[in-house]
Amino acid sequence: MGRRTPLFELHTELGARIVDFGGWDMPVQYSSQIGEHHAVRRAAGVFDVSHMCVVDLRGDRVRKFLEHLLANDVGKLQAPGKALYSCMLNEAGGVIDDLIVYFLDESWFRVVVNAGTRDKDLAWIRRHASEFGVDVKERTDLAMLAIQGPDARAKLVKVLSPAGAKAALALDTFVGREIDGWFIARTGYTGEDGFEVMLPAKDVVRVWRELNALGVASCGLGARDTLRLEAGMNLYGNDMDESQNPLESGLAWTVAFEPATRSFIGRKALEAVKAKGGARKLVGLLLEDRGVLRSHQKVIVSGVGEGETTSGTFSPTLERSIAFARVPAGTNGRVQVDIRGKLLNASVVKLPFVRFGKPRIDLGVLR
Amino acid sequence: MSNVPADLKYTRTHEWVRNLKDGTVEIGITDHAQHSLGDLVFVEVPETGRQVGAGEPCAVVESVKAASDVYSPVAGEVTAGNPELAATPELINQDPFGAGWLMRLRPVNAAMLSELMSPTEYEALLKVEGA
Repeated sequence: MGRRTPLFELHTELGARIVDFGGWDMPVQYSSQIGEHHAVRRAAGVFDVSHMCVVDLRGDRVRKFLEHLLANDVGKLQAPGKALYSCMLNEAGGVIDDLIVYFLDESWFRVVVNAGTRDKDLAWIRRHASEFGVDVKERTDLAMLAIQGPDARAKLVKVLSPAGAKAALALDTFVGREIDGWFIARTGYTGEDGFEVMLPAKDVVRVWRELNALGVASCGLGARDTLRLEAGMNLYGNDMDESQNPLESGLAWTVAFEPATRSFIGRKALEAVKAKGGARKLVGLLLEDRGVLRSHQKVIVSGVGEGETTSGTFSPTLERSIAFARVPAGTNGRVQVDIRGKLLNASVVKLPFVRFGKPRIDLGVLR
Repeated sequence: MSNVPADLKYTRTHEWVRNLKDGTVEIGITDHAQHSLGDLVFVEVPETGRQVGAGEPCAVVESVKAASDVYSPVAGEVTAGNPELAATPELINQDPFGAGWLMRLRPVNAAMLSELMSPTEYEALLKVEGA
């Protein structure tokens, strides 16, 4: 038996199939994974993401600490509630984890890290926090929901007070704040509008039921994965890990080299990669033939070299198979993927595949 | 609770076999198997004329989540693959024992069919596996 969130019994009652995810017993799907995916693209769905690890960082020098700890620059966070996506790197520039950091006030920031990396993340954060006098506290008292889809915001505010609803609807993208005793942020991992909500564990079963009654579909980790892949969002452990740097993982946009005076962990290693030019890059692939791309399939780039898929699936929105692949930096145009000994054609495409319910790439013709 | 039709034979790997009484058999995956896999999105069936051994991987069914081999319950020659599955793999989810059949084959030795699991034995297997 793995660790369980406060919603575990409800998931079981709702008929979810439970799987192990990073040591947690989590719902992978309730009825149909494709149905749950479409619910989020077309209306609204709710995900239990309580397994993710919420950590409060407090201290007078917390901003200085995060300027040192993270590859992205918390200097960009000036308005209270503003969020930033960042990698946390080791000295070699390898990705320890990716996370979201919220600026709450000058002595209080909040980070949300992945469930499967919780222990090593907390150890790393604590190790570096001590020299900045920053207090590190895991918020195990909080549950977390993601309510996502074009109707998600309108549905969620129905479970809030009138003043709370107004405040939640006024949130800009990538901003969160405390509303009705919950922390509500306009963030997500699906490529749709929506909220992520951190709330006391004792409230979460009631809220889930209320959302279901409002027509918000229960969605599992299966749909979460196909949605994030379509949205061109990386998954830690698949698309990057400690053996890969962000520049060769499609995450160069999250590394703040400016200001040049900020010495974050991993900076020297990344500057060396940048000076030389990365040997590899992470790209999107669209399969032109029938079949399904999966992780760890060999990618052959004629005249250039070889690479490997890092995540792959069938895209319910495009009704085609899509993947991310780490390939030689010179890769463009068409590649071939080895699927069970057969070489199938795929084209390199610009990410994301889908955003706000609509395809963002040219599908061409299925061969 | 999975549907287990009484007129079919079964395997430990969740295939079903229907005796078509013309010297050939029809093969598919069970209701339990399709339910475990989830929404099917791609199916690869064997070519007509291929010789397959008992227990040999002869088809692939892929759901959104994963790819899974289908093993031939008996040795024989493939007489047909279901042509509808290329465009509509979801037939397997909708009607696993009917329109979602995978292939037909002519067994080398029809007597081997009696070695397969009866519906009662297959139901017992599902219980053991906690289905």
